[in-house]
Amino acid sequence: MSDSGPLLAVHGLCLERGGRELFRELSFVIDRGQLVQIDGANGAGKTSLLRILAGLSRYGFSGRVERHAPLLYLGHQPAVKALLTPRENLAWHVAGEARYDNEQIEGALASVGLYGYEDVPSSNLSAGQHRRVNLARLYLSQCPLWLLDEPFTAIDKTGVAELEKLMLRHVERGGAVVLTSHQLLRVAYNVQMLKLDEGLIA
Amino acid sequence: MSMAADKPPGAATFCLGLVRRQLTLAARRPIEIGNPLLFFAMVVALFPLGLGPAPDKLAGFAPGILWIIALLSSLLTSDTVFRSDFEDGSLEQLLLAPQPLFLSVLAYIVAHWLITGFLLALISPLFAVMISLPAGAIGTLMASLLLGTAVLSLVGGIGAALTVGLKRGGMLISLLILPFYMPVLIFGSAAVQSAVIGVPAGPYLAILGAMLCLAIALAPFAIATGLRISVDA
Repeated sequence: MSDSGPLLAVHGLCLERGGRELFRELSFVIDRGQLVQIDGANGAGKTSLLRILAGLSRYGFSGRVERHAPLLYLGHQPAVKALLTPRENLAWHVAGEARYDNEQIEGALASVGLYGYEDVPSSNLSAGQHRRVNLARLYLSQCPLWLLDEPFTAIDKTGVAELEKLMLRHVERGGAVVLTSHQLLRVAYNVQMLKLDEGLIA
Repeated sequence: MSMAADKPPGAATFCLGLVRRQLTLAARRPIEIGNPLLFFAMVVALFPLGLGPAPDKLAGFAPGILWIIALLSSLLTSDTVFRSDFEDGSLEQLLLAPQPLFLSVLAYIVAHWLITGFLLALISPLFAVMISLPAGAIGTLMASLLLGTAVLSLVGGIGAALTVGLKRGGMLISLLILPFYMPVLIFGSAAVQSAVIGVPAGPYLAILGAMLCLAIALAPFAIATGLRISVDA
């Protein structure tokens, strides 16, 4: 992985769903230090775009996506197993990326407000807490590029503020974040908006 | 938060962790382990009622009966291999993991086989006695089930991967994979039948072994492709 150059480049991306054109000739690059918010109405194709960027969607669109760095994608579903504890869930989530010890796992869970819940069955946790287990990955991830699909869903105000701070810290340290959200970010940073109905980074 | 680019763990470590996770999940939901065994026991118990309790008569049908029930109980569980991971988003994360997907899906199948086919093969002597299978054929029954159910799990995994995104994929998976189950059924029951009549079962077991090798070589790639298509749809 190179420390210079874009983390992600998109060339002439076109997507049609059900006979409706969601975006056409979409081209942009994501560099280190960029915080990009994808905006658009419901059904505008925000999630579809993010899945294409992540590499989960490989068919049904034209154009090219170049990924130059490892990325972390957090989708709509929290990927939390109800039968596992938050500790087990998080340990599994990050298992493919690197080896983390128990203290690091506990620290990440504490950072998302799950101190004391580490070994509680996830079936006893709320939807918001499931989401927090998933978001705890952000505290451990070494991926420079984060793709976050509606990360504030089911998160309370304190959690939203913490998450905004975390994203800010990530981009200030040379990472990049692309997120979809209907709420405007309240961070002292130049957040770039990608409006899907216009197809340009504003 | 570290931005250092540590190397991801090797595929073998990752896959062993995946098998361990799947076994932990199964152990915490024992009904999933018990269902196919219970199904096997119930159906085996029905045959003496339907065919009559005469041991000679039952022994003649036993190889076929045991293998058909093993096949059906494998079919019963095959659509669950990836279902919960698809629904809770874990499958997306697996697809994005840096480890090769075909190895990860092989780990899923190994875990599935351990909690279905492997247990079934271990407990099969009990069922064999219930249906009057001669004691001399029990070893062959276990060996054929060990090999054959592994093939069934691999083939079933292809169907599961292709139908995981469908709400009612159960019937479709049966239609898709049942034809591919037939050779396993034929050679599995033939192996046991040979042991019953005192003919060497080795050639049939060798064919089952060859099928298993072929399935191990090809099925993970087919499953990985099926999952990518299903998650993309």
